[in-house]
Amino acid sequence: MATPNGPQGERENYLNKEYGPASWLLTTDHKRIALLYLLSITFFFFIGGFFALLIRLELLTPASDLVQADTYNKLFTMHGMVMVFFFLIPSIPAVLGNFLVPMMIGARDLAFPRINLLSWYLYIIGGVMMLHCMLTGGVDTGWTFYTPFSTAFTNTKIVEAGLAVFVAGFSSILTGLNFVVTIHRMRAPGMTWSRLPLFIWAHYATSIIQLLGTPVIAITIVLVAAERTLHLGIFDPKLGGDPLLFQHLFWFYSHPAVYIMILPSMGIVSEIIACFSRKRIFGYSFVALSSIAIAVFGFLVWAHHMFVAGISIYAALVFSMLSYSVAVPSAVKVFNWTATMYKGSIHYDAPMLYAFGFLGLFTIGGLTGLFLAALGIDVHVTDTYFVVAHFHYIMVGGAVMGYLGGMHFWWPKISGRLYPEGWAKLAALIVFIGFNLTFFPQFVLGYLGMPRRYADYSHMPEFQILNVFSTAGATVLGVGYLLPMIYFLWSMRYGKPAPDNPWNAAGLEWKTPSPPPTFNFDEEPVVTWEAYNYEELGDIPPNAEAAGVR
Amino acid sequence: MFNNFPLWPERASTIAGNVDALFIFLLIVAGMMTLLIFVCVIFFAARFRHRAGVPAEQIDGSTPLELTWSVIPMGVFMVIFVWGAVVYFKERTPPRDATEVYIVAKQWMWKLEHAEGQREINELHVPVGRDVKLIMTSQDVIHSFYIPAFRIKQDVLPGRYTVEWFRATKPGTYHLFCAEYCGTQHSGMVGSIVVMEPAQYEAWMSGGQTGPLSATGEKIFSELGCATCHRSDTQGRGPNLQGVFGKPVLLEDGRTVFADENYIRESILDPGAKIVNGYKPVMSTFQGLVSEEQLNALVAYVKSLSTAKPGEPSTNAGASAAPPQAKGSQVN
Repeated sequence: MATPNGPQGERENYLNKEYGPASWLLTTDHKRIALLYLLSITFFFFIGGFFALLIRLELLTPASDLVQADTYNKLFTMHGMVMVFFFLIPSIPAVLGNFLVPMMIGARDLAFPRINLLSWYLYIIGGVMMLHCMLTGGVDTGWTFYTPFSTAFTNTKIVEAGLAVFVAGFSSILTGLNFVVTIHRMRAPGMTWSRLPLFIWAHYATSIIQLLGTPVIAITIVLVAAERTLHLGIFDPKLGGDPLLFQHLFWFYSHPAVYIMILPSMGIVSEIIACFSRKRIFGYSFVALSSIAIAVFGFLVWAHHMFVAGISIYAALVFSMLSYSVAVPSAVKVFNWTATMYKGSIHYDAPMLYAFGFLGLFTIGGLTGLFLAALGIDVHVTDTYFVVAHFHYIMVGGAVMGYLGGMHFWWPKISGRLYPEGWAKLAALIVFIGFNLTFFPQFVLGYLGMPRRYADYSHMPEFQILNVFSTAGATVLGVGYLLPMIYFLWSMRYGKPAPDNPWNAAGLEWKTPSPPPTFNFDEEPVVTWEAYNYEELGDIPPNAEAAGVR
Repeated sequence: MFNNFPLWPERASTIAGNVDALFIFLLIVAGMMTLLIFVCVIFFAARFRHRAGVPAEQIDGSTPLELTWSVIPMGVFMVIFVWGAVVYFKERTPPRDATEVYIVAKQWMWKLEHAEGQREINELHVPVGRDVKLIMTSQDVIHSFYIPAFRIKQDVLPGRYTVEWFRATKPGTYHLFCAEYCGTQHSGMVGSIVVMEPAQYEAWMSGGQTGPLSATGEKIFSELGCATCHRSDTQGRGPNLQGVFGKPVLLEDGRTVFADENYIRESILDPGAKIVNGYKPVMSTFQGLVSEEQLNALVAYVKSLSTAKPGEPSTNAGASAAPPQAKGSQVN
């Protein structure tokens, strides 16, 4: 099994099969498209991160001294739009999902390889439009586009930013469509639904949200653009419209969108915890179905973003209760992951450290969601830093921690190289500490009453010290995020060649060479075993250590 | 530099204690759950760390356990839900005899007008121990009227009224924030809530008064010629407005609506939207003819026709005498 590629006489794989720009830009290989996505989302991640850095620097002092209020408002708006639409939503599905979904189910590619390439081009077109929008003035509405500010008051580039999101949205829809069809139609013989890796279940649930939710935000954005240019009177009360209608439509997508970000990350964590505990996941069917439950319930809770927006008391009651029902499947997952470790044989490799980090941050993020779903408390803390902290714990703490865990876990498969384990562990630690230092103080700030989206807090200088903690933490966090990029790049040239299955992990993706050939499998695999058959696989073999894995 | 480093906000309203109690309960629940998970993860990770030759013990799962850790959290969540809902109901239901303050928000300031006629900008003076109801609207975009020390917040929308209320418990000066992003100077849309002892408040009140808001409303009412149709008998082309406010109104299409601030507002700006049973849609709109402040005054006037509270000036001689009528006594 462990057959490292020699430097000479390399066998043909998806990376060395063809060279040159055309072989990448016109490829229909899901693995190459995954790498195209990896490059593009990393680019946008660092743009969004740069905005975050400026935001944190501005908030170091109460007065708005580093940038003017207008600039600050654009910074948090562009930070949100870039991170949500151009990093978090595509991140795991379009990179790791693209790379792994076909391999995990034993397929040669996705069902629609050319649509897959089209989705990347749509993403790039949307991204270029967003970049152009930013470079020629940007937007200052917040990523939420609330009306009637966005339709009738701001002078910034709403229509252009909206169209960028609109185009990128179709990239997301097409990826979801591709996954649903692939998972239904292209599973290898013997790969029944109950044998699917939980990563696949999570992506299936995610794809359903992408397919059903994204068209709603697309049409909503078109309505905003139409209202702005043609003054239709849909959202503007001066023209007979209803601004709350916009919020309902916006959150009908944008709440489930949170699950687009977190579900794939949960899928990754299931794979990692099983592998590094050397155990079948505890309660497989409950973990699998909880993903579907989250996707379904996730569509029924949107108005919990609107408890003080002017909706009726009774509507608020219904949405508060439903919000708690979506918390149950999330809790079930956490309990099952914890139980999986019981009587396991636990290895502390870097991916597992990221999974631990995910567990810690997601638990805090999830539990603070209970505070926000409680009507009486939400009135006080909504639109404060409490909310900011909560959703960063989920969408950054949870989702990005899982993404990084997955990148480490599958990096040997993707690149055919091993990353430096010591640096990877260090980065996991730095990210965890930096993250908590950045965002935990924001819970306190929020309960104290500091509103979000404030360029200037010189009226309440008592909030400064917590903001200083937060900015200091952000600096640490920034280092934690830069490190993996540096050593991943380094490993592509200097890393030790990876064996086919360095972790002795279950899953069809590990039964192909590292890196895999273009069509993944030389012959179609036939699955005769259950998922996570770690009993048969046994331990991570010492020969992997000899190969320099650990 | 950091002479003041609070970790808990001031508690200065009756509702603040309710919110804090639930918050502390949640801190305990969340703290225990975090502890449970962290202790398990750390204990398992240490106790079951990899040892050469000791294989993992395969466990498939356990339905009873799954049910336990679904049902128990659900039960706890429902307790939180009900508790949160009870607090919310209290926050959202203003007492009937609360003192009223009308608020108009605009980019980027708060304009406030007490029912007694006092006007303020970005400041609200209130007495300790009295219920205060804020009737709010916006001239432009959505804002949000947030007083952290009172634990209350309500978005302020253009084109309609939203309300919130509080009863201050402690004299002092507290932050007022706009909590819904509203444009360039959003973070400058801040102010103070000044809570005073009742005697102090009365002294403040008596300075520079312009007469009650309802009197201003009555003046506008007659200037705009409203009284031509809305006469104080049943012979007008529009409904008699005596005693309308706070009562159900039967409409032409058979529906019944409750005559609250938003209904009065809508009847002025969009008279055709809800026609009172027995009347014709003959009134034209006043959209664009009255400012938000004038609207507030008109609403306050119409309300004053329905209140016979002692101390509230009765602006119409026949107001308290005229019995509310089942039919035809409504704004059209």
